[in-house]
Amino acid sequence: MTTVKPDAGVRRAMLSQMIFIRAFEDRLAELAPQKDALPGMQILATGQEAVAVGVMAPLGSEDVIITNHRSHGHLLARGADPETLMAEIMGRATGVNRGKSGTLHLIVPQVNALMTSTVVGAGPPMAVGAAFAQQYREEKAITVVFFGDGAAAEGSVHEAMNLAAIWKLPLLFVCENNCWAGAQSLAEHCAVGNIAARASAYGMPGQLVDGNNPDEVLEAASQLAGHCREGRGPALMEAFTYRLRGHGEHDRQHYVDPEELALWKAKDPVTTYGVKLTEEGVVAVQDIESMEREAGKRVDEAVAFGQSSPFPKPEEALEHVWVESPWGTP
Amino acid sequence: MRELHTGQAIQEALAIAMDQDERVFLAGEGVGTSIHDNPLMPTYGLLDRFGKKRVRDTPVSEAAIAGLAVGSSNLGLLPVVEIMFFPFITLASDMLVNHAAKLHYLSGGKSTFPLTVRVKAGLGFQAGCQHSHNLEAWMAHVPGLKIVFPSNPADAKGLLLSSIFDPDPVIVVEEMGLYWASGPTPEGDVRVPLGSAKVLKPGRDATVVAYGTPVYAALQAAGALEEQGIALEVIDLRSLVPLDKKTVLESVCKTGRLITVHDANRFCGFGAELAAMVAEEAFHSLKAPVRRVAGPEAPVPMAPVQESFYKPSAEKVMEAVRSVL
Repeated sequence: MTTVKPDAGVRRAMLSQMIFIRAFEDRLAELAPQKDALPGMQILATGQEAVAVGVMAPLGSEDVIITNHRSHGHLLARGADPETLMAEIMGRATGVNRGKSGTLHLIVPQVNALMTSTVVGAGPPMAVGAAFAQQYREEKAITVVFFGDGAAAEGSVHEAMNLAAIWKLPLLFVCENNCWAGAQSLAEHCAVGNIAARASAYGMPGQLVDGNNPDEVLEAASQLAGHCREGRGPALMEAFTYRLRGHGEHDRQHYVDPEELALWKAKDPVTTYGVKLTEEGVVAVQDIESMEREAGKRVDEAVAFGQSSPFPKPEEALEHVWVESPWGTP
Repeated sequence: MRELHTGQAIQEALAIAMDQDERVFLAGEGVGTSIHDNPLMPTYGLLDRFGKKRVRDTPVSEAAIAGLAVGSSNLGLLPVVEIMFFPFITLASDMLVNHAAKLHYLSGGKSTFPLTVRVKAGLGFQAGCQHSHNLEAWMAHVPGLKIVFPSNPADAKGLLLSSIFDPDPVIVVEEMGLYWASGPTPEGDVRVPLGSAKVLKPGRDATVVAYGTPVYAALQAAGALEEQGIALEVIDLRSLVPLDKKTVLESVCKTGRLITVHDANRFCGFGAELAAMVAEEAFHSLKAPVRRVAGPEAPVPMAPVQESFYKPSAEKVMEAVRSVL
């Protein structure tokens, strides 16, 4: 395996992306309770930003990512346009999916985020298909699928891992273990909490990493992605992290032990990585302030773009059901 | 025209599609090496001919098989996957119902899923209700999916070819009883367009709409009633989605009577949709109530006498016709 040590530029970029993702989602959290500001529910990945940036950093543009309902961090770290993403979350016609998806199943082909599912555990079987197509066409590209500890309880994940391993598909499974499946804690929903250990059942490498440390995530992702790319089959990374907010913005976390939450808030990856890079002299405090200002500005622009965009016409609800409609033109 | 068994006609369609387009591949449980060493089975010989890269035996994993189809079609391949028995589609249904059918929509039209699912179906094998249960109405109920249901070798071949090259996800129902039935089959890449019903026998007194093997019960009933001076018009629907409304409605406008026939049980079956369509769009042409001949409200039984009792027969079709004449 080839190890890529992150250089200062990559680390600065990761910090900047994490700050931006946090700013983007903080704004969604702010807007969510306001009447008519955002339709539907808001599922945020607050506290999991390090996983998104660390996994994306070693990927190439030709690689495919498959994400889930908690996708904002993945998509922004992958370089999705924040304006059309925000417009989509607001249900506007200018949204990346014309208002058909909203926040839950954002699909952004421009950054090869091709299939997103809010059905827990549905990503891995589709990822098998994507990785199969890459192998079939003898491409160098790989597929990365993100799922949570909750999804790890789905049978579809087992089916996908088994098939990917038999066929040696270029597929990196990334389990973001955020310690919660809805209101059920890891101990309540998972017989053996170490999900990476399951890799041995499929004869693939499995690695548990600190999901709040972007450097560690990047290094593991780089090695495991390399393994997949070299045609040696799939790999599993478990990034151990924590869901700092509720399952969605409607969830007040009444079931969470406040001490546990406080402990994890102290390990907030955005703050701790900023401190670490400052201490190591990779960035100055002023750099972080400027990243925050820039992030705020870009979020303002995205919100303004979304809010000034029209809603889709009601009858457009009938478009894009089929490529060739069986019922003629709607 | 030369005759082929339906299983051979399907083999031929698959081979034509694979010869023509490198993007086409097959996957499923035993599509390469099968427990059935029978040249009439639909994927027989294709592993030898096209090799392991394109004919993929899978583990017993219906969700992964369907996921394979969803993911690979999205990246530009043309997968043809097999579900071994219709009731097992329940294990693949999340991938089909929530993903194949919906991701094109959810993406705002940006992603496409040109996949084909071949489903082996039907009753008459004393395999019981976990192997025999026709669920076409479930699938037809999902916006985003298409579904075809051939009754003979030529249509099995022609509809499969159209399905493989259709830009949307298509479910092709293959009744296993037909694999061993032969019929005239055109050579070469002859496609049957999706959504084209076929009038098998013209008649003036009543329209019988069927698909799959019940077509033969309808034809047999038509033959028997002809001797009594009653002329049935028999339509083979062939495709449920798209639905050839025009052919059915024109026929009912002419005859004034509709009898639907399918093996699946009657309640919320596809016959109900046909009856509703005729009630909404040809009500004033109707001279009598619509009759639905279908399986009864029970799982498909195993015991041979019970299984034949379950399946719509020519006698049941004739009884339904007589009740409205």
